[in-house]
Amino acid sequence: MSHPENATVFLKDKERAKWHDDTLWIVRQKRDVTIHQIPEWEKLRELASQIKDHTLSKLDFYLEELEKNATANGIKVHWAENAEEHNKIIGKILDEKNCKAIVKSKSILTEECHLNPFLEEKGIEVVDTDLGERIIQFLKQPPSHIVMPAIHLKKSDISDIFHEKLHTEKGNVDPVYLTHAARLHLREKFLQAKVAITGVNFAIAETGEFVVCTNEGNADMGVHLADTHIACMGIEKLIPRRKDLGVFLRLLARSATGQSITNYNSHFRSPSPGKELHLILVNNGRTKQLAREKFRNSLKCIRCGACMNTCPIYRRSGGFSYGSTVPGPIGSILSPGIDLKKYSTLPFASTLCGSCTDVCPVKINIHEQLYEWRQEITKAQGASLKGLSMKLANGIFKSPLAYKVSGKLMRASLKTLPDSIIYNPLNAWGKGRNLPNLPEESFKDWYKKNRNK
Amino acid sequence: MKKDVPHIGLFIPCYIDQFYPNVAIATLELLEKLGCKVTYPLGQTCCGQPMSNAGFEADSEGTTSKFISDFAKFDYIVAPSGSCVLHVKEHSPKVDKLKKNQEHVQSNIYELSEFITDVLKVDSIKGSFPHKIGFHASCHGLRGLRLASDSERNEPPFNKTLQLMKDLEGLEVVELTRKDECCGFGGTFAVSEEAISVQMGKDRIADHVDKGVEIIVGGDMSCIMHMQGIATRDKDNVQLMHFAEILNQVIS
Amino acid sequence: MSSKASILAAIKGLNMKEKPLPEIPDFDVAPDLIEAYTHSLNGNKGTVVSKEELEQLIAETGFPKIYSSSPSFATFTNCELPQHPADFADLDLAIIEGQFASAENAAIWLDESNLDLRAIPFITAHLVIVIKKENIVGNMHEAYKRIGATKSGFGVFIAGPSKTADIEQSLVVGAHGAMSLRVVIL
Repeated sequence: MSHPENATVFLKDKERAKWHDDTLWIVRQKRDVTIHQIPEWEKLRELASQIKDHTLSKLDFYLEELEKNATANGIKVHWAENAEEHNKIIGKILDEKNCKAIVKSKSILTEECHLNPFLEEKGIEVVDTDLGERIIQFLKQPPSHIVMPAIHLKKSDISDIFHEKLHTEKGNVDPVYLTHAARLHLREKFLQAKVAITGVNFAIAETGEFVVCTNEGNADMGVHLADTHIACMGIEKLIPRRKDLGVFLRLLARSATGQSITNYNSHFRSPSPGKELHLILVNNGRTKQLAREKFRNSLKCIRCGACMNTCPIYRRSGGFSYGSTVPGPIGSILSPGIDLKKYSTLPFASTLCGSCTDVCPVKINIHEQLYEWRQEITKAQGASLKGLSMKLANGIFKSPLAYKVSGKLMRASLKTLPDSIIYNPLNAWGKGRNLPNLPEESFKDWYKKNRNK
Repeated sequence: MKKDVPHIGLFIPCYIDQFYPNVAIATLELLEKLGCKVTYPLGQTCCGQPMSNAGFEADSEGTTSKFISDFAKFDYIVAPSGSCVLHVKEHSPKVDKLKKNQEHVQSNIYELSEFITDVLKVDSIKGSFPHKIGFHASCHGLRGLRLASDSERNEPPFNKTLQLMKDLEGLEVVELTRKDECCGFGGTFAVSEEAISVQMGKDRIADHVDKGVEIIVGGDMSCIMHMQGIATRDKDNVQLMHFAEILNQVIS
Repeated sequence: MSSKASILAAIKGLNMKEKPLPEIPDFDVAPDLIEAYTHSLNGNKGTVVSKEELEQLIAETGFPKIYSSSPSFATFTNCELPQHPADFADLDLAIIEGQFASAENAAIWLDESNLDLRAIPFITAHLVIVIKKENIVGNMHEAYKRIGATKSGFGVFIAGPSKTADIEQSLVVGAHGAMSLRVVIL
């Protein structure tokens, strides 16, 4: 299904669609309030952008630095060319430990690599420990947002699934009650787990450490109780210096939710005595994106989700309408690089309003890249129907006579055609909108009479 | 006309020429009243934006060349549309054989309110307009040409269009709940993503109507055409106008 | 070719021109750091309490299991440090020392020198962190200057209690980790 078809379905439930829009808009507003308390906000965005641009321009050097320093700290570093290899590396570690159950904190990368089905196939129980992720895991759904995975659900939906899975009272929709039920349920899992998997927010080349940010503390609950910690990161998560974290931690949570910082920001440099710490560096198409000069800087993304919260299309169509691991504006510039055909409608799911670009804490020119992907997609599609009509349009606009004739014809025909044809349901303009009242003459005709005698 | 007065080429986007001649007339008359020498090159057609935004920038070279030839001879090019100006400035394909002329066009093309404030150095227009209005900040003018500060960035507030209207007697500009959300027009988006496009337009209009706005004022007729189409269909009790019509009406 | 070699070769093959790495300048900070800190902590759903208030709270609440690694509150400890962190699953109150804190966001830095077990600040039901008022810095840049090149195996900025808003964006404190954070500024 294409984005417009999915969006049309989403908008059919008017009340829910409005609630989704309003809820995410509130998050966007919270973000606005916090960033206006930081006079140097725009300067921080510029610094973050430059640090990421620099890192990407020397990514090979910094990856080797990271490996060298992390290894010296006692971290076991693995490299994975693709999702399959990433999953195999994890599978092998779990086999060695004879581990049959793991706890996992939020990681979009493991979602991208489809780690959960891979492990479940091997008979390993995977427990996603972020509350939102646990909810959607119960429902066998993917996340609809990278920061707020269950943002598409209402508390009544969550109450129903918790009643089924955790035997909470039927119909009790109190978020405090439901959260505490999840706390008890997940605490059991934390206490039993021997292996914990986390994502990575930032890896620091100079120190060989990495940082994981959560509000719930679920990543820390997992890793500090388990004997083995496996952290998975895309190769673009790198920054050069520890002090660069000062810039990124000031931007991340403020952009994501409007908080001044996430409540837990853990820096892992080496394992506790007697424990193991693994770090997997994953490519999975990132070097291909790096090679595309126009789209390279999409790899600056720190996964704050601000572009989703601000996007008027995301808010009114929901994360699932995109059909990609990362939805919303940033997803629409990352996904075509993975599969141009499958994701060909995504760069068109935008008015190019530019709000995503202006909220982005690392200054990715998202809407300009959406525009550039459109050019790539039409080139790849060749002379489609739209292409033909656009070429025809170029012919008309090139010649003033053709333009004049077609403009006159248009005005004449719009006036004489019966409403039933103009407002045919197949006519996408007329479905919800009237056409403008048509003037007697064009400006050009007026000008000739009044100025150009 | 004095010889040393800069010569302005009036660029009237194609859909304004065809559907909204009154906005074009208001733009022309307003510039003339402000003492400008203005010519409308009769051969002009379109800037090529609809093609480029649909992904056919490469196919719009002919249209772009035509635009450059029509306008290169003027000191300034002025249009009552931020969107079309932004396209000419930033998204029209490079035409190598017209490089010098293209550069001249791209660095001397202005949206109307930007031209009046930044080039003519007019602070505000005096007059009376006793109405309650809401301002629709069109995205390409707002975030592309930076005609106003937007709600996303932390920067001192400004708005070149409203600045021109700030001294109008009796004018009340309401504070919107979402001061600069997109109306959902987006060129071919209006048709290819029809459902969201119309929903966005409805939401934008509702924000104005809820605040008791009589007239939604904007600087891009494409957004206004889209919102007007919805407002008419839904029988919303609100008018839509281009700011050029208001300024030209009060200045006389 | 190993995956490491192929990934590095793919990047090197692009021959990218190096872009400059910026230096991070100093930025203005709040004039009254304690006041700013208190305000930030409230925003994160934590609270600043005095030494006396904490002592009174402990006396009134009667937490069954308390572990303090802060010398200022050493006498409240009533249990042994376990071998395995899971044995602290029933810990009611932990009192630990923080090294310094950032006023702009209430984040307190702790590393292994403050943590007898890495799990303590997360697994405890309630958490108290003790900081010295001269150790409140303005922002995260100053905080990282303080961390410098230290080599602790684990370090964490804690800025509030465990919380979530995953159910309809309603803020709930006490998701998995500590259900409260109190900060004593000495």
